[in-house]
Amino acid sequence: MRSRTFWHAFMLVLALLGTPLHAASAGDAAFEKRFTHLTEELRCLVCQNQTLADSHSDLAVDLKNQVREKLAQGQSDQEVLDFMVERYGDFVLYRPPVKGLTWVLWFGPFLLLLAGLAFLLLKLREKPSPVEASSPADLARAAALLADAPAPKEKT
Amino acid sequence: MKKRFIWPLGIFLVLLVFLGIGLQRNPQEIPSPFIGKAAPAFTLTQLEAPRENFSPRDMQGQVWLLNVWASWCTSCREEHPVLLAFSKEAGVPIVGLNYKDVRNDGQQWLSRFGNPYLVSAFDSDGRVGIDYGVYGVPETFVIDQHGVVRLKHTGPITPEVIRSKLLPLIKALSHA
Repeated sequence: MRSRTFWHAFMLVLALLGTPLHAASAGDAAFEKRFTHLTEELRCLVCQNQTLADSHSDLAVDLKNQVREKLAQGQSDQEVLDFMVERYGDFVLYRPPVKGLTWVLWFGPFLLLLAGLAFLLLKLREKPSPVEASSPADLARAAALLADAPAPKEKT
Repeated sequence: MKKRFIWPLGIFLVLLVFLGIGLQRNPQEIPSPFIGKAAPAFTLTQLEAPRENFSPRDMQGQVWLLNVWASWCTSCREEHPVLLAFSKEAGVPIVGLNYKDVRNDGQQWLSRFGNPYLVSAFDSDGRVGIDYGVYGVPETFVIDQHGVVRLKHTGPITPEVIRSKLLPLIKALSHA
C-alpha cells in the first residue's frame, strides 16, 4: 500500500516535471523559428549585403541579442522591426517598404518591361520599307542563273 | 546624325547621369532617422568618474556635439587631433560616448592622446550606441538647445567636414 502511494506520487512528480519541460522545448523551436525569420528580415549595417542572421560582426551580434531579448520579453515581430527602424531607418529592413520614395525601386523594372514591349509592338506594326526595284542588269543575271546556265563570269 | 542613333545615345546619357550620381554618394552613409527628433535619453556613468553620471539632459540649453568613440577604433585616432583642435577653437562642448570599451583602456587613451571632451559617457555594452543607431565608430551628432538631433556624421571628422557641415550649422543654431 505504501509503495503504491509512493509510486503514485512519483508518477505525479514526473508528470508535473515532464509537461512544462516538453512544452518549453516545443516553445523553443517556435521561438528559434521566429528569431531566425526576423534576423533574416534585417540587414547588417556593417556588412551591408548580409542579413543580420548571416553576419558575425560585433554590431550584428549585439543586435541579434537585442532581438532575442525582446522576443523573450513577449514583444511581437512588428515591435522588434519597429525598434530597429526607429534607430537605423528603413535601410535596416532587407525588403524596403513600398512608399513614395521606393516606388521606382519596386515598380521601375515593370515600367521598363512595359516600355520595352510597347517599343517592340510599335516596331513590329511598322510597314516594311518598300523594296528598291532591281536594275535590269541584275534581273537578267538572275534569269540566267535560274535557267541553269553557267553563270556569266564577273567582269573584272 | 541619323535618327536611329538618337535613342541609344539618349539612354546612354541618362545612364551616365545616374552612374555619375551613384559615384558621388557614400554607400556607408545611411540617412539617420533621428534628424529633427529628440536625442534618445540615457544615463550612464562618466568614463573618468565612475561614480558620477551623465545624461543628455545635463546639456539642455546649449548646442553640443555627441562624439561616439572607442580606444579600439582606428579611425578615431585619425579624427582625434581634428577634434582636439576643434574643442579649443569652436567653443562648442563635445561630449564623448565611449562605445563598447574597457574603462581603463578608454582612460589611458585620453591621457595619452589628449582629451577633447567635456565629459565622456561610458557605454560598455553598447546599448546607448544602439539607441542612437550607431553602426560605425566614429560617429558625431549635433544636438541643439532643445535636445533635438540636427545632424549626424558617420566616419572621422575632417577639417573639411567642420568647415562645410559643422560650423555653418552650429552658427545657424546658436543664433536661433
